[in-house]
Amino acid sequence: MTDRLALLIAKRQPLSGHRPWTRVVVDDTTWIAIGRELGSGGGDLISLWADVEAVHVALRPPGEAPCVASIAVKDGGFPSIGRHHPPAIRLERAVRDLYGHMPVGLADRRPWLDHGAWGIAAPLGARTPAPARDPAAYEFLPVTGEGLHEIPVGPVHAGIIEPGHFRFTANGETVARLEERLGYVHKGIDALTTDVEIEQAARVVARVSGDSTVAYSLAFAHAVEEALRIEPPPRAKILRGVMAELERIANHLGDIGAICNDASFALIHAYCGIFRERVLAAADRAFGHRLMMDKIVPGGCEETGPGAARGIMLMLEEIEPQFAEVVRVYDATPSLQDRTCTTGIVGRELVTRWAAGGYIGRASGRDFDTRRNHAYGPYADAKFDVPVLTAGDVDARVWIRIREIEQSIRLIKAWLADLPAGRNIVAVPKQIGRLEGVAMTEAFRGDIFVWLRILDGRVARCHVRDPSWFQWPLLEAAIEGNIVADFPLCNKSFNCSYSGHDI
Amino acid sequence: MRTLLLRSLISRAVTVDAPTPDSAALAEVGKALETRARKLFGRSITIREVDAGSCNGCELEIHALNNAVYDVERFGIRFVASPRHADVLLVTGPVSHNMKVALERTYAATPDPKWVVAVGDCACGCGVFEGRYAVVGGGVTTVVPVDLHIKGCPPRPIDLLKGLLALLDKATRR
Repeated sequence: MTDRLALLIAKRQPLSGHRPWTRVVVDDTTWIAIGRELGSGGGDLISLWADVEAVHVALRPPGEAPCVASIAVKDGGFPSIGRHHPPAIRLERAVRDLYGHMPVGLADRRPWLDHGAWGIAAPLGARTPAPARDPAAYEFLPVTGEGLHEIPVGPVHAGIIEPGHFRFTANGETVARLEERLGYVHKGIDALTTDVEIEQAARVVARVSGDSTVAYSLAFAHAVEEALRIEPPPRAKILRGVMAELERIANHLGDIGAICNDASFALIHAYCGIFRERVLAAADRAFGHRLMMDKIVPGGCEETGPGAARGIMLMLEEIEPQFAEVVRVYDATPSLQDRTCTTGIVGRELVTRWAAGGYIGRASGRDFDTRRNHAYGPYADAKFDVPVLTAGDVDARVWIRIREIEQSIRLIKAWLADLPAGRNIVAVPKQIGRLEGVAMTEAFRGDIFVWLRILDGRVARCHVRDPSWFQWPLLEAAIEGNIVADFPLCNKSFNCSYSGHDI
Repeated sequence: MRTLLLRSLISRAVTVDAPTPDSAALAEVGKALETRARKLFGRSITIREVDAGSCNGCELEIHALNNAVYDVERFGIRFVASPRHADVLLVTGPVSHNMKVALERTYAATPDPKWVVAVGDCACGCGVFEGRYAVVGGGVTTVVPVDLHIKGCPPRPIDLLKGLLALLDKATRR
């Protein structure tokens, strides 16, 4: 069964000018067969997106290289993959909202990103005028039973967080069902990256999810470089890796602190906040921006400030032993673990089916890390471990982050000890014709996917897929049977991106 | 944990020194306040943050204001959970159409007198998300009246602090 998916693709002639994965055009029968194969566990869904005239699916057959299959839109629709493979459902609802292509056979007919406020329907398709709808008019799935009550939360939340709506149905204090409604921060990333200069698209993609700006810029740069067949200089590769790992450390520190804070353990939160600040300050001194936004560009990266490597090394030397001490406190505080252990469990079956990346997958036994499984840039020759746990609870997601911080520190130290000299950027040539590139990078929360088409030197179309697409649905599963009061804890341990998902 | 606590007895404070209020921000706030009824809050000012379509970069830096290094509470600035408890709305993002109603309702739920601070290039109407179907266009000021703009992508915590101190300075001066 394992290679049936690969066989379906191998029968087709790959399109030229699509790199590095193959892209094939398939008919209805093969498309449906792909959906069925995915649904029966025959491979991972990487993404599903659309064009004006076609719908594409990126997938990974087990043990094989990933690939892209495309189908022409016929009579305004395409056969639904979501009806066979649930992880595709929200992506197909988004395709319908943005392009107007109907996923034929998909039972869920509710809009997803379209809240009825744009004034038009299918903004990337027919752009037909549409009357405004009441933003609150949305049919949540019915929950029936004795003693149930609903708790609506959001879109504006209590903390300094992004907006989204959570509809809890609780029985007393126990959550019977959580249903999410997202799309509030939809900014039209697809439209903003259609028919624009490469530099402009790069700036937009760097802001799909601000906390993962480095990973997004890196994925975008790789996709452009693949399409145009250019290679960044060795120095740029290493500096990109340093930025990506600094971003991972900073975010994981923030998350660990925030999770402990939600379990009323402010001490760890305070220390992690200080460490995070040290990392961002070092990034600022080295690269001229605390979040390192726009520092990675197609062709290479910006040059570092003077003494950058030494500054980062000193910072790591300073926080490493102190962080170890904080980890010991976490490990030796039963009252804290009382909150995190066995809370918000996600089973291995779900993370495998959803191909959930990052700490969510790895805390539940899914041994996948783009840096190792599809090694790119500086990771091809790097030595690092990918921590994997099986408990699948909040505690496991904390430990994955702790172990990853340790590995990231190790990676940065090894790279900076041997930083290549020379150029840090090559020119991006203007090429005539249609070229397509695809790339995946491992952001702190999981794998980011970028696909783009370059037409005569401009970005004709670009699709980005945040790891959150396959993590948000699992949060609904994680909270089931937990008490309402533990939701903040579960939510922080997931830390899904609203902006990255709402595109 | 004992080592951590003992060390705190002898180590120096991690907080940064207070910045001087930004003069440009001061001027803008001053102008806004002249044209409105002034009510003094006393020293403390409360803030409700509203993300109206940001990429979450601004949120990260606003969050940093509460960490031990910037510790914004020492200046009498406090973040609150409800707009009903807030004097100031700190709004980020270009205002997506999908967040417009929520922003208007949050503004309406904030008691008078109130101030609105637009944080970041997007909120100021000059971000990368301008010009397409999904955002209102022109930034926060298109939807609710804005008293102070803090630019940056995202603005650094120290810039946020400067802007907020300017607001506080003006709000509490007779």
